[in-house]
Amino acid sequence: MTDAILQQPWFLWLTLIPLGAAILAFVLPRQAHLVGFATALILPFCALLAVRQGTLPHQLFLNAGGWDAPLGIALRNDGLALVMLAVTAGVGFIISCYATAYFSARRHKPDRPHYFWPLWLFLWGGCNALFISGDLFNLYVTLELVTLASVALIALEGGNKALNAALRYLFIGLIGSLAYLLGVAILYGTYATVDLGLLGDALTNTRLNHVAMALMVSGLILKSALFPMHFWLPQAHAMAPAPVSALLSALIVKTTFIVLLRLWFMVFPALDLVVTGQILGLLGSGAIIWGSLMALRQERLKLLIAYSTVAQIGYLFLVFPLARGDAAAAAWTGCVLLILAHACGKAAMFLVAGTIHHTAGHDRISQLAGAGGPVGVLVVVFALAAVTIIGLPPSGGFFAKWLLLSAALATGQWFYLLVILGGSLLSAAYIVRVLSWAFLDVKRSHYPVIPWVMKWPPLLLAVISLLFGLIAHQPLQLALIDAPVAGRVMLEISHAR
Amino acid sequence: MSVSVLYAGGGTLLFFIGLHALLVYPHLLRKILAANIMGSGVFMVFVALGARSSDGVTDPVPQAMVLTGIVVSLCFTAVALVLAVRIHRLTGCTTFVQDQEAAGD
Repeated sequence: MTDAILQQPWFLWLTLIPLGAAILAFVLPRQAHLVGFATALILPFCALLAVRQGTLPHQLFLNAGGWDAPLGIALRNDGLALVMLAVTAGVGFIISCYATAYFSARRHKPDRPHYFWPLWLFLWGGCNALFISGDLFNLYVTLELVTLASVALIALEGGNKALNAALRYLFIGLIGSLAYLLGVAILYGTYATVDLGLLGDALTNTRLNHVAMALMVSGLILKSALFPMHFWLPQAHAMAPAPVSALLSALIVKTTFIVLLRLWFMVFPALDLVVTGQILGLLGSGAIIWGSLMALRQERLKLLIAYSTVAQIGYLFLVFPLARGDAAAAAWTGCVLLILAHACGKAAMFLVAGTIHHTAGHDRISQLAGAGGPVGVLVVVFALAAVTIIGLPPSGGFFAKWLLLSAALATGQWFYLLVILGGSLLSAAYIVRVLSWAFLDVKRSHYPVIPWVMKWPPLLLAVISLLFGLIAHQPLQLALIDAPVAGRVMLEISHAR
Repeated sequence: MSVSVLYAGGGTLLFFIGLHALLVYPHLLRKILAANIMGSGVFMVFVALGARSSDGVTDPVPQAMVLTGIVVSLCFTAVALVLAVRIHRLTGCTTFVQDQEAAGD
């Protein structure tokens, strides 16, 4: 019996179930929230089974339709895919719980909840398909699925600003993915395959391959909002309804980064990437500093959180210069752990911001003064979630930054050490700025009652992100299954005397 | 220089012409058209490079990919047009709102 269950390709079901449910939710708009919630309930179990399978000796590839790699479509369920599937299922489930309450509490507002569910399920299926895609063209198609669904979700609110942000996001996404596709065309023209593994073996250090690499990397960094291409992100993320902001910031920005990570470590290792890696690292450092400084200047809570996302994306890009020699495994696991920690922490922050907006009727930071009462509790939840963004122990963010720091030390790149520490200091500054307003002693008028489903999911996420460092061992082990990096995770820093 | 390389070069040129128009012209309809030209350029590169095989037989895989790509670009055009029409109905403008200030409620 258990064998039969473990024989199922669960990572495939994680893609097919949400896609099917999305159609169902679209056909039955009145039952959309039920369909959505039921799917959100099923998917974490599928993810658990997929992870269980992943820890056993298993087949790394599944060839769709029985066709082999050069012609067929290979689906990978390696460690990176499993980690991402699991975190999407977990965070997605909690956001779905919140969304049921959020949209029923705002029924009079033009948020159009019956469109939210089909789009979100579609997005979920698209994300999961992206994580398991093993060839360049499939990655393109799934990237487009994700972009289309996110565009529609941003436009959900229906106002002029939301529509503008959505259309801008669509054009950015289009430029990014077409640049990527042009790179794919060049690679296909030379090697007649789009399979990641086959390309990785075949690639040589030629000028044409560098052109293809540059096109694909620049397309992807545009889509993942790396500084200075981040200009579209804060508006797009802050205009959307709270659950959508949480989804976009916690999960969707990471999808393009995952593609880049796969390309960098699986397809391009044969190219000479030292300079490109340093450029990406410098842009990441710019994102950390600029994003944090902009977050300090924001007047509205949602924009502050969105700029904080810009800064955190910068940390992810430090993996490219740091993953070198023996430090590769440390940088890789640090990066994956940061993705997970940021997904939990940022989702909690956006959900809390949504509840604050719902309760107080606004999210202007200066008017949170003397928040007290129900909003005071929410501000505490916000602070708990922010611990992982700042990177204090025992949060996941702390261990992720620790691993990145040790990689920076081991490879002797002191500059990144300063950037990582400076970024933490700046993020502490913008978080404390929010808290300092909230704890001012001012008498407040009456606030409406908050439904419990709008309080508990963000608290749960915040606590998970706070204690994530204590259970970080398992996800790290998982992320190293079939990982394309070598070396030890825990580096010994030798004293060079 | 073979014909397929010429076509691939032409496709790349179309891609950059489209990119230029998408960035420079403020009118939303022009941006949408420009995005389509970019896409067509990329598809042309795909088909041209697929035709270049040693034994004179055209590789069908890029054509299948281009068909998929056309479907994707059709969906994108449709969504972009809906958003542009909606923006026009709400504001009477056919361009992006330029002010960057945060939206009030």
